[in-house]
Amino acid sequence: MTRRAGAAGAAALLAGVLAACSLAGSAPALGPATGVGADTRRSGFDDMSAALQALQRDDTQNPGMLWVHEGQALWARRAGNGRSCAGCHGADGDSVASAAARHPVFDAETRRPLTLAGRIDRCRQRHLGLPEEGADGAEVLALSAWLAHRARGLPIEAPDDARLAPWRERGETLWRRRMGQLDLACHLCHDERAGERLGGAVIPQGHPTGYPTYRLEWQSLGSLQRRIRGCIVGVRAEPFAADADESLALEVWMRRRAAGMTIEGVAVRP
Amino acid sequence: MATAVRALIHVPRQVRRGDVVEIRATIAHVMETGHRPDSEGSRVPRDIVTRFECQLDGTPVFAADVYPAVAANPYFAFALRAERSGTLVLTWEGDRGFRHRETTALEVT
Repeated sequence: MTRRAGAAGAAALLAGVLAACSLAGSAPALGPATGVGADTRRSGFDDMSAALQALQRDDTQNPGMLWVHEGQALWARRAGNGRSCAGCHGADGDSVASAAARHPVFDAETRRPLTLAGRIDRCRQRHLGLPEEGADGAEVLALSAWLAHRARGLPIEAPDDARLAPWRERGETLWRRRMGQLDLACHLCHDERAGERLGGAVIPQGHPTGYPTYRLEWQSLGSLQRRIRGCIVGVRAEPFAADADESLALEVWMRRRAAGMTIEGVAVRP
Repeated sequence: MATAVRALIHVPRQVRRGDVVEIRATIAHVMETGHRPDSEGSRVPRDIVTRFECQLDGTPVFAADVYPAVAANPYFAFALRAERSGTLVLTWEGDRGFRHRETTALEVT
């Protein structure tokens, strides 16, 4: 009896998957430029409890604001050589207000994509004479948080840069490649099973709209790269190095996939 | 994490006499429980906030003892009947001599 129900269920599921495949086959590429059909993309925000949504919305409760305020203070702080972020980019950073919506961009110098955190880190080393920190370094994280906050409400832009195309394609390939002992690919959960449950948690579509994000699980703010590492360890694969081509490619693809969605700067997630 | 102690304080504006208002305070703190091992296997010493207090012009209006089960960056919200204007002084005390004080005005019309 249950076997039969299971088989019928599987058949229904298969039919559903086939229907989804044919839909996907006829639909144009992802992104806001399609102009066809409703945008079914959802931020992880939409799947959170009302209490968590309230926590994110209220700047006097959102713990990510602790980093935003720190980033704002760091922006004005003079480094050992007497220079500061504000010195070049202006006291209120108006010239870089949309930076968090635009990155990663293609960096002609290194011939690789450059993330926002990567750019902040490089700027700090070059112009302020500070040591390299990485995306999850305390000060880079705080400055990223402040810039993400400045870009709150802006749509994520996917630079129309042909030099980024191979990185996007590589990122999409990685997104669809099974990996780890659990033999799972990103898209199996975040495209095909998004909205279903993994244990007690709703599986999000995985759009990077709110990074750096305050995760309750981390009890801290963290970068998109850190989040991706968490997923990769979760499927029992070995994470990519922070500056690996794979990390960059995946981030370029994920931002392209989320193009047009609104920057939450800074988000709270469970 | 922190280069300086950071706190978020929320006090409503335009409070009328007799209103019950909500005061909210978050402070950046690791709240290290003292039960976790580090990468070498030895215990990370406890480093938590142990006490939070709020005074209005020297009169205690709220206080809490805090224990290791409280998460990092502890958030307190409490209600207060606003009878008069004054200065709210919020203090956090904790392990390793941690002490932080924030001052904010409560304006009652």
